Amino acid sequence: MRSFSELINKLLLTTSRNRKVDVLCDYFKNTPDPDRGFTLAIITNSLEIKNIPISKIKEIVRETVDEELFALSYDYVGDLAETISLIWPNKENGNLPQISKMIGILKNINKNELTRKIHSFLSIANETERWALIKLISGGLRIGVSSRLAKTALAKFGEKKLDDIEKIWHGINPPYENLFKWLCNSGPIPEIDLKNTFNPMMLANPLEDKDFKNLNCNDFVAEWKWDGIRVQIIINDSNIKIFSRTGDDISLSFPEIKILEKNMVILDGELLVGRNYIPMNFNSLQQRLNRKKVSLKHIDDFPAFVKLYDILYINNDDLREKKWEERRNLLENWYYKNKNEFFDLSKIINFNSWKNLTAIRKNEIIDEQHEGLMIKRKSSPYISGRPKGHWYKWKKDPKTVDAILMYAMRGHGKRSSYYSDFTFGIWDGNQLSPIGKAYFGFNDNELKILDKFVRNNTIKKFGPVREVEKTFVIEVAFDSVNSSTRHKSGVALRFPRIKRLREDKPTSEVIQLCEFKLDFL
Amino acid sequence: MKWINENLYISPINTYIDPSKPVENAIITHGHADHAKPGHKNVLATKETINIMKIRYGENCAQNFQELKLNKTLKIDDVKITFYPAGHILGSVQVLAEYKGERINFTGDYKTKKDKTCENFEPVKCHTLVTEATFGLPVFQHPNEDNEIKKLLRSLELFPQRPHLVGVYALGKAQRIIGLLRQQRYDKEIFIHGALEKLCNYYVEEKIFLGNFLKTNLKDKKEYQGEIILAPPSAIKNVWSRKFEDPIICQASGWMSIKQRAKQSLVELPLIISDHADWNELTQYIKLTGAENVYVTHGREEAIVHWCKMNQINGLALSLSGREDEEDL
Repeated sequence: MRSFSELINKLLLTTSRNRKVDVLCDYFKNTPDPDRGFTLAIITNSLEIKNIPISKIKEIVRETVDEELFALSYDYVGDLAETISLIWPNKENGNLPQISKMIGILKNINKNELTRKIHSFLSIANETERWALIKLISGGLRIGVSSRLAKTALAKFGEKKLDDIEKIWHGINPPYENLFKWLCNSGPIPEIDLKNTFNPMMLANPLEDKDFKNLNCNDFVAEWKWDGIRVQIIINDSNIKIFSRTGDDISLSFPEIKILEKNMVILDGELLVGRNYIPMNFNSLQQRLNRKKVSLKHIDDFPAFVKLYDILYINNDDLREKKWEERRNLLENWYYKNKNEFFDLSKIINFNSWKNLTAIRKNEIIDEQHEGLMIKRKSSPYISGRPKGHWYKWKKDPKTVDAILMYAMRGHGKRSSYYSDFTFGIWDGNQLSPIGKAYFGFNDNELKILDKFVRNNTIKKFGPVREVEKTFVIEVAFDSVNSSTRHKSGVALRFPRIKRLREDKPTSEVIQLCEFKLDFL
Repeated sequence: MKWINENLYISPINTYIDPSKPVENAIITHGHADHAKPGHKNVLATKETINIMKIRYGENCAQNFQELKLNKTLKIDDVKITFYPAGHILGSVQVLAEYKGERINFTGDYKTKKDKTCENFEPVKCHTLVTEATFGLPVFQHPNEDNEIKKLLRSLELFPQRPHLVGVYALGKAQRIIGLLRQQRYDKEIFIHGALEKLCNYYVEEKIFLGNFLKTNLKDKKEYQGEIILAPPSAIKNVWSRKFEDPIICQASGWMSIKQRAKQSLVELPLIISDHADWNELTQYIKLTGAENVYVTHGREEAIVHWCKMNQINGLALSLSGREDEEDL
C-alpha cells in the first residue's frame, strides 16, 4: 500500500498535467505486476470494491474515537477519508499488504472478521496509507486524474501510440498483465473480443473561417449535428449494447431499444429522446441519463431513439479503413433492412457551394434540435480520436450575454498565480444572481487585465475565492441555456466562455434574469 | 476568575496580557502581530520580544518598555509575575501570575517540542491554565519535523532544476526552517524574500545559527534553479512568485497535514511543521499542570473544552477576538 498511497498523494498535489504523466510513468516503471495493473484499474475507475459500506468504517472509528471529538474534527476537515486518517489514534507495527493483495482481501473479506481486519489495517497504516485505504474502500479517488491522462502516461511509458492503447483499452481487464507485457516490448498487442468491446470514436474538429479556402466543397458531405449524446451500438445475435462516448456501458438506461438481428454490427449515432424521430430538447434527454432503474413512465414520457451516423463493423469485418462513402452505403443497406422505431438514418444535406451551405445553416437550424452542422470528407476513414482534416463541426453561432464579474478563483498549473476562474451574474431585481462560471475564452492579455482587476477590487475572501466589486462587465458566449433546479438563478449555461471584456459598459445595462429567461429559455 | 477577566485583564495591577487595543499596562507574550500591538503605554516583555516589537513597529511603539528575564519574578503590588519559556518563537513566554496563593498560567502560543531557534518550553504547575488551542482537534498530530525537512531535501534532489518556494511566516517559522535545514547539513546559501530580512538578521544578532542567507534579487529567471527560497505565503500567492521559472510551491505550516487544504492553496509540497502545540501536546500539558480550570483563549476551543469535561476539568472558551492563526495566511 505504501507506494500506491504515495502515488495518489503525489497525483493529488501535482497541478500540472505533464507532471502527473511523469509521476505515473515513474510508478509504472518501478512497480511490478500485478500491482501496477491494479493501480491503473483504480485510477481509471475500472475496478470497484463494493462490499464494504462506508458506514461500517464510520462505525469502527466511532468505537475508537470519542463521537463528539470526531464530529468536530470532521466538521473542520470536511473530508471523511482525511478525517479518519488523521484522527486514528492507534499504532501497530507491521506493513500493509501490497495493493493487489489488499484488493483481494477487501473483496473477499467476510462479515465476521471485517471489523477486526479493518481495525488492524488502520492501525498498521501510516497516515497517507490510511487515507488511501479509505478512499479505496469508499470508491472514487477524486485526485484529478482522468483515464485519458492515465492512458497518456501508459503511451509515454511504453513508447506506444495513444490511439493503439485506446483501441484495445475497452477490451482488456485488470490487472492488465498483457498490456504491460506489450508496453515493455515482451509480448504482442493484446487481442480483444470485438463483440463486447467499445471502440473509441472518431471526433470532429471545430471549423474555422480560414478553413474554407482550403476545402473543396465537392469533397465533403454535410449532416445535422444533433443535440443528444453520441453513442456506439454493438449488436450481436439480437443482443444490443449501448456505449457512451467515453465507453461507459449505458445499455441498462435504455432498455426499450431493441432489434431482431442475428449478425454482428457496430454502429455510430446520436441518442435522442422524442417521438416519430423528432427530438425533444436536451433537458428531456437528461431525464433519461444516469439512471440505473428506468420506470415505464419515463420511457413513455421520454422515448429514446438513435440517429445513425456511421458503421464500423459488419459481420466481424472491420470497415474503419474504408471511405466514408462506402461505409455510408453499407449503413443505408443495413438501415433499410432493419428499420424499426428505434433507428433513424441521419439525413445527408445537399449543397453545391460553401455559400449555399452557409445559407442552409443560417435558415434551417432548429434551435431545440440542432447544434449546428457536421461536415465530413467523403473519403475519410474512421479514425479514433480527433484526427485533423476529415470531420469538421460547424456549430451554430453562440449566444451571448453581458454579465457582471462577481467572484474569482485562482487557476491551476501555469495559471496558478492568476485569477482565472470567474463567476458572473446578471440582475435579479436590484441584486445580482450568479448564472455561470467560465475559465477560458480570453487571451493572455485579457487574463492579465482580469487578474489585475480581481487583485485591486477584492471586497471579501472565502478561502481561495475572492468576491470583487461588481463593476466589471464581460461578454459571455454560450451554446444554450437549460433550466436548472440546482442553481439558484434557475438557469444553467452550456459551455460558457468569456468572449470579450466590456469595461466600457455600465453595469446598469446588464439584463434582468427574468428577461434573460424569456429570451433564451 | 475573580482577579482576572475574560479579556486577560489582571485587575489588581490594572494590566492586560496581549491586549488587542492600546492600553496603559500590557504584558506581551511574544512578537507575533496578533499578540503584540503597538501603542501601549507600558510594556513588560522579554528582551527579545521588546526588540522584535521595535523592529516591526519602530522604536517608539510603546512609551516605556520593561524587560523581565526568564524564570525571574517581578512583584507588582500583591501580584507576582514570572516568565517561563513557551518554546513558540524567539522571546516567547508563558506568564505565571500569582495572587493570594492562587497561580494562573497564561501560555500565550506555545509548543513543547524542542526548537533550536528559541528557549525550550518549560512546564509550569498552576491552579488555572489559560491556554491557546490553535491545533485543538485530535486530527492534528504533528509529525517529526526532521522528516518533514527531509522531504524538502529529497524534492531538491529529484527536481534539481526547479526553484523551491517555501511559504513561511516571517517571524519564527522562517528562522526555524533555516535552522532545521542547517541541522540536516544543508550548507548552501538560502534565499529569502525581503520581508524576512530584518527578522533573520535579528535572530543572528541573538546568536542563533542560520548560516548564509541572502535576499532574492531576480534578474534572470534561471538564477534560482534548485535553490530554496523562503517567502511569506502571501508573496507566493501573488505576482512576486511569477518571477521564478517552474517553481515547486511548498508551505511549512501545521495546517498542511490536511491534504485538501494544501491542494486548495495549490501547495505541491506540504511540510507539516508547526510552532504550535498539537492535540497531544495540548492535552498532555493540561494534565501535567494539574490545573482545575482551563480557559481556552483562541483556536479550536470546543474540542478542548469537551476534552476537559471528559477528564473532569472545568473548561471554558474565551474566544478572544482578533487572534488569527498566524500560520493560516
